[in-house]
Amino acid sequence: MALLKDRQVVTDTWTHVADDAEVPSDAPAIVSIARWRDLRDALGGRNAPIGVRLAAGDGPDAVLDDLDRLDLIAIPFDYFKDGRGYSTVRLLRERYGFTGELRAVGNVLRDQIAFMERCGFDSLEYAGGTEASRALSAFDDVSVVYQTAADRRASAASLRNHPSKAFSNGTSG
Amino acid sequence: MYLYDEIDQALVDERVVQFRDQVSRRMSGELSEDEFKPLRLMNGVYLQLHAYMLRVAIPYGTLSSEQMRKLAWIARKYDRGYGHFTTRQNLQYNWPKLEDLPDILAELASVQMHALQTSGNCIRNVTADQYAGVAADEVADPRVYAEIIRQWSTLHPEFSFLPRKFKIAVTGSQNDRAAVKVHDIGLIVKRNPAGELGFEVIVGGGLGRTPFVGPTIREFLPERHLLSYLEAVLRVYNMLGRRDNMYKARIKIQVHETGAAEFTRLVEAEWDQIRDSAVDLPAGEKERIASYFVPPRYEISADAADVLARHKREDAGFARWVDTNVFAHKAEGYAIANISLKPIGGVPGDATAEQMEAVAALADRFSFSEIRITHEQNLVLPHVRKDNLYALWQTLKSYDLDTPNLGRVSDMIACPGMDYCSLANARSIPVAQAISKRFADLDRQHDIGELKLKISGCINACGHHHAGHIGILGVDRKGEEYYQITLGGSGAEDASIGEIVGPALAYDAVVDAVETLVDKYLAIRTEGERFLDTYRRVGKDPFKEALYGAA
Repeated sequence: MALLKDRQVVTDTWTHVADDAEVPSDAPAIVSIARWRDLRDALGGRNAPIGVRLAAGDGPDAVLDDLDRLDLIAIPFDYFKDGRGYSTVRLLRERYGFTGELRAVGNVLRDQIAFMERCGFDSLEYAGGTEASRALSAFDDVSVVYQTAADRRASAASLRNHPSKAFSNGTSG
Repeated sequence: MYLYDEIDQALVDERVVQFRDQVSRRMSGELSEDEFKPLRLMNGVYLQLHAYMLRVAIPYGTLSSEQMRKLAWIARKYDRGYGHFTTRQNLQYNWPKLEDLPDILAELASVQMHALQTSGNCIRNVTADQYAGVAADEVADPRVYAEIIRQWSTLHPEFSFLPRKFKIAVTGSQNDRAAVKVHDIGLIVKRNPAGELGFEVIVGGGLGRTPFVGPTIREFLPERHLLSYLEAVLRVYNMLGRRDNMYKARIKIQVHETGAAEFTRLVEAEWDQIRDSAVDLPAGEKERIASYFVPPRYEISADAADVLARHKREDAGFARWVDTNVFAHKAEGYAIANISLKPIGGVPGDATAEQMEAVAALADRFSFSEIRITHEQNLVLPHVRKDNLYALWQTLKSYDLDTPNLGRVSDMIACPGMDYCSLANARSIPVAQAISKRFADLDRQHDIGELKLKISGCINACGHHHAGHIGILGVDRKGEEYYQITLGGSGAEDASIGEIVGPALAYDAVVDAVETLVDKYLAIRTEGERFLDTYRRVGKDPFKEALYGAA
């Protein structure tokens, strides 16, 4: 596993803490949503950053009351076909204004990472077979976007109708 | 027709490069077939019984003559000299080689075509009324909205991993030729009492294992809100649609299990949050896209109708073709010409490279270089001057494209069935061919009148059998092919799901059964009744009795 952030392979400062392991008090820790519910008051008041890992299928409702106490929310992609997380992350970022780190975890593969970035993830725990440094090129596979999304890239329609935002992906020739 | 700008072209070109890399990783063994599968599916590549199959998108069934020529060229160079037009207005190549696929996609990109989202659990290629922009009964041209949807749905970052595939169809007419009520989302363009354009929104129709006619969840959606409303529907589906069982994962099951009223409430609540956001198109974009769909410069020909009438008087064969295959055009002096891909005894929807090139040349001569594909697997030249119809027909004859059977019993929809498909339980094509031959007498077909016969080789219903006036479904019974007959279905504005008439029949009994049903109809119909009308009037029993004897 490698952590991708800002289109680079970076060192992960966070630790996933298993439900039966002790939560380190002085280092960034990610706990399961179940454990968070049990220990919310104890964990929410600590000094080191705290993150929560949602369960498969959890929508934003699972953490709406906790957004200002959380530094990171991890959204699981347990299998390739499960696309619920793409909606969850957009809502947390765009609708509920979560300002902490949104992280994709689980079975994150090369051909998903560009979509994940568009939907608002800050970091991706990459699990693909292709070496992580080579997978980064997936971000640049397609330069065009047709929709507005959490990344706020200008859509094709807005570029066409607001010529001041020049279309500058270098492919127009 | 819509033409790509540099943005649209960049996307398809970049996808070719991306796929070329994926194929080379597969060929070198870096990717296993399992890992390659989701990647190839995103580019329309299936693995069938005998070979890979490539499904090329023909967005909303609109094609230029140049594009048709390219399809013919690809069929000849990379396939076996033919292609198959599908019920989703696409084209399938049945025999491409894996190593050629990137080159084929590059050839397609060179004429502004692609195979994006013709498979996989994403928003599929959008379909529309094949008479869009030319039908006299149309409120507005649905292609404008279909192109808007095509762009919005292309590589949508949130909706590329849905519970299941998702099909959207648009019609601009109350006479529904796009089967919008049996789609995941169906849109009917209409005007409100103030004269403003908008849509009736139908969600959760579908065929397959569990057929439903979709309920209307909004009577009128102002056109400017199209994309935010679609996004709301898709988000409710993406988050709450079933993922535990692929056979219950289509949105129709969600709508059915949630209830249309509650589902509507969920969509409206979601839409309230995004209806005035940047999801909808910026000012100017709809007009930009619409500008590509302005009508061509029709010529005024004072005597076009008289010339046509004279040709019809002089040539009975031509008159029959005109009466059956030619449809009213909104412009004075023009007509819409349907080209049947259902010759007697042929394979429904197949066209050879020579036929494709002939149609392209005819489109250049007679139809402003434009061609349409219908969901009933035929072709259309949308703008033919009435006085050119005779010359058109004479050329069609020499390519076996003149069969005057539109909407008749031999104008069947049939899926590829066990001749090609790895899902099929039974053959479809030979059944279609045998029925077509039994009813080869065109006088008899015309006496029978409109009869929509649809054949599927398995329960997935690609041949739309539920929506057939007569539907035939192939099933496997202990290794033998059997066929279940349904009656009374319709995919049009009077949509309904056909009812099973009785026990399934053996392969050899199917053609006789169809003939028995047709004879029964002929015996009991009243003046002007179609098969479907008679069925709806008298119900199943007389037909059941004719097939199986008195109970």
